[in-house]
Amino acid sequence: MPAPSLREPDDAPPEDGPGSRRRLLRAVLFALLLAALAVPLLGQPYYTKLVARMAIFAIAALSLDLLVGYGGLVSFGHAAFFGIGVYTAGLLPMLGIRQAVVIVPAAALAGALVGCVTGAVSLRASGLYFIFITLAFAEMIFYIAQGLRMFGGDDGFRLPAATLLGGELSLGHPVVLAYTMIGLLLVFIYAGRRIAASRFGQVVVAARDDEGKLRAIGLSPFPGRLLLYTIASAMCAVAGVGFANLVEYVSPASMSWIQSGEFLFMVILGSAATLVGPVLGAAAYVGLEQVLSSWTEHWMFWLGVILVLRVLLLRQGLYGLITGRRGAGGA
Amino acid sequence: MTSAAGVTPLLDLRRLTKRFGALVVTDDVSLTVLPGEMHALIGPNGAGKSCLIGQISGELVPDSGEVLFRGARVDDLSIQARARLGVARAYQVPRLFGSLSVEGNTAISEIVRSRSAFHLWAPAAGQRGLQMAAAAALAQVGLQGQGHRPSAELAHGEKRQLELAMGLAAAPSLLLLDEPLAGLGPGDSDAMVGLLRTFKGRYGILLVEHDVEAVFALADRVSVLVGGRLIASGAPEAIRGDPAVRAAYLGDDFG
Repeated sequence: MPAPSLREPDDAPPEDGPGSRRRLLRAVLFALLLAALAVPLLGQPYYTKLVARMAIFAIAALSLDLLVGYGGLVSFGHAAFFGIGVYTAGLLPMLGIRQAVVIVPAAALAGALVGCVTGAVSLRASGLYFIFITLAFAEMIFYIAQGLRMFGGDDGFRLPAATLLGGELSLGHPVVLAYTMIGLLLVFIYAGRRIAASRFGQVVVAARDDEGKLRAIGLSPFPGRLLLYTIASAMCAVAGVGFANLVEYVSPASMSWIQSGEFLFMVILGSAATLVGPVLGAAAYVGLEQVLSSWTEHWMFWLGVILVLRVLLLRQGLYGLITGRRGAGGA
Repeated sequence: MTSAAGVTPLLDLRRLTKRFGALVVTDDVSLTVLPGEMHALIGPNGAGKSCLIGQISGELVPDSGEVLFRGARVDDLSIQARARLGVARAYQVPRLFGSLSVEGNTAISEIVRSRSAFHLWAPAAGQRGLQMAAAAALAQVGLQGQGHRPSAELAHGEKRQLELAMGLAAAPSLLLLDEPLAGLGPGDSDAMVGLLRTFKGRYGILLVEHDVEAVFALADRVSVLVGGRLIASGAPEAIRGDPAVRAAYLGDDFG
């Protein structure tokens, strides 16, 4: 009997070079992880913060990939949940709460709640309408944050106090922040892979492929999609807690539609429905942003050029560049 | 309502009517499918056969009339609710989950049937329950040993077989088959007729088909739909000899 394969073909080893490209991907990811773990040891806060930033955006991109890649749900409002995490990390210290064991779950819960409510409405629409409704909700949440006059309105406010891991360890310290976010990223990659490979994950992919057919088999795609949306929102809010500690600032800009667009950029750059692809995409985006902005003030233009080249030349993004996959997967 | 034999029909359509603007696609259609019966629906292109199937599966809402399944009205039920009651549909162009393997496609039916769509931690691959359900469904349609193949790479006839397997894995009692022979070569077509014959007596089947030779060989009862209206219904021999049917659809040179 042939090996069972309930996984997506996306996940299967590529035909050319049996498994060798797959091993190459593993090696690259492992090398990047080692590099990320080694950088904070150099004692250079600039580079340590860069690694922390990569890990934070990697979590956000990974959570968006659950929606875009697996669910086929292109959200243009994912930064709203990032911002909810940022504001949770900024507002709870005003109540005297600084412990990560409270703030991180509180951010996840807030993200999940808002995700569940807005998702219940957004997921009634599909395609282009879904994109616009998620954008509309994110704009509403953005303007609510902007309207909080006592919290700086449009300007935002300085993070009153860094989140405490416990004892002397504070996320305000770049090394602690970098290791914490790398640790959370690894946990979320693992969780994302488990979810994608589970019965739930298979049904979500089936709904993406043909939701009418799923209905004809006896299942509405809505409840599963809502759970997926809720999970992704919670994950992204956790990334927001890290971001607040990184920039030591809380502002509506963290939940702007530009930020949502950047998350989509990262997912597409890395290749959707691969989980590790968007992680690579986020790291590459943050790296490019630093390099290009040190060369030219028109760095956004060059990022645009890179995105165009990626779409035209790399069918499977950075992920495909390493694994050698030339699937018909599109984005 | 029960039939003359005192059996409650599996499917009972009563005076179903559906209009798209001025076009009447289903015109006062009443028909039944008894448990285990293969009831074929034939008629020229545009007669409204697929539209009728859509109203049974719930994808189209009739303007008037009733749909009864096992004696109970299902008009207000969604597509998914009707499917869970035991209605399985195969489409004219097979609809599969293209990024899943053959086994993965049948596994979705089993996941839905066993109400385990919210198991979100254990890997689905390698679960015995799913594998056995998939193997059983695939063996029934002649796709045994093909479970690992990507469904997108299947030949047209194999996609048909897989869609039937997905339907069977949902443990239905009524199959709505929309032209299962369309687009198949002679060899595949014979194989499909053989496969449909194995379903006889096990499922109630509403078979929409253009291949009248196959229909007369397979069906217990044949109904003829022309312009949204049933013009005849009865045993295959009676339909074959019916002058109105010959004039409207079969043609004088037939059989």
